[in-house]
Amino acid sequence: MRFNIIVFPGSNCDYDTYFVLKNVFHCKVDFIWHKQDKLKNADCVILPGGFSYGDYLRPGAIASFSPIMQELKKFAQRGGLVLGICNGFQMLLEMGLLPGSLMLNNTLSFICRNVYIKVINMHTPFTNTIAEKNVLKIPIAHKEGNYFIDEEKLKELQKNNQIVFQYCDKQGNTTEYTNPNGSVNNIAGIINKNGNVLGMMPHPERASEMILGSDDGKFIFQSIIASTFANHHKI
Amino acid sequence: MCKANIHIKLKSGVHDPQGKVILNTLHTLGFDNVKSVRTSKYFELEIENENNMDLTEQIDKICDEVLANPNIEIYEFNLENHS
Repeated sequence: MRFNIIVFPGSNCDYDTYFVLKNVFHCKVDFIWHKQDKLKNADCVILPGGFSYGDYLRPGAIASFSPIMQELKKFAQRGGLVLGICNGFQMLLEMGLLPGSLMLNNTLSFICRNVYIKVINMHTPFTNTIAEKNVLKIPIAHKEGNYFIDEEKLKELQKNNQIVFQYCDKQGNTTEYTNPNGSVNNIAGIINKNGNVLGMMPHPERASEMILGSDDGKFIFQSIIASTFANHHKI
Repeated sequence: MCKANIHIKLKSGVHDPQGKVILNTLHTLGFDNVKSVRTSKYFELEIENENNMDLTEQIDKICDEVLANPNIEIYEFNLENHS
């Protein structure tokens, strides 16, 4: 099992992700500088959180034109697993690999705190080991996480079971009071139609060891590893 | 040289939290007759154009692919020729 983590100028969750994959899950992990044009034998590629290019123009916009992104697009089209976390989610939307947009939080402020997310779709390569526990405690840390999509496309997301995570309370209730940033339908994470590209605002790499207050994030990485072994998801 | 003045706005149905907060502030200051505020972005591009080509198509492409997010934004622009 080999992960590639793409590093941009301004990425700041790349080492957290590396640490978890290497030290908690004992996987092979490579950093790939965004100027490179080849991935390294990856089973799964992670676009980490941070502030690539200082969020200039729009978060993730400039990064989506980096040389490695053409290769990433091909990898995704071949069915390779891609996980975009926070700024990585913003990039996937800018590249058109996922539908919708992430706008300024309706609070106008940067929010950094633990939230609860409900797992809506447990039949993805990123959530398949969550079965018994469908509410996860994972932190968010963003200013532009207010997911927007028009009504017609929202219906399509719902119809295809593409909404994977929704902001909720500890019991799993999704209400406007459990929505931290104004996202349409409390959306915290979505997957593409083919089920191999996931974008999420919460940071699972910051909640993968109990010393950090929660290890619910490890379900995401554990699921990726389990599905890769199960399907020999070798690209 | 040619100059493109590009104005990028949020689509009308898209919520603009920044505009809302500015509106509230204006009301706090007593400007009660202001009924709505929408924020937007403005870009000025200087473009070499020796043969006086029509740059409309190129600016459309620049806006669609880079400057604007077509999911939530619309744009308009004008072109000025100047030496």
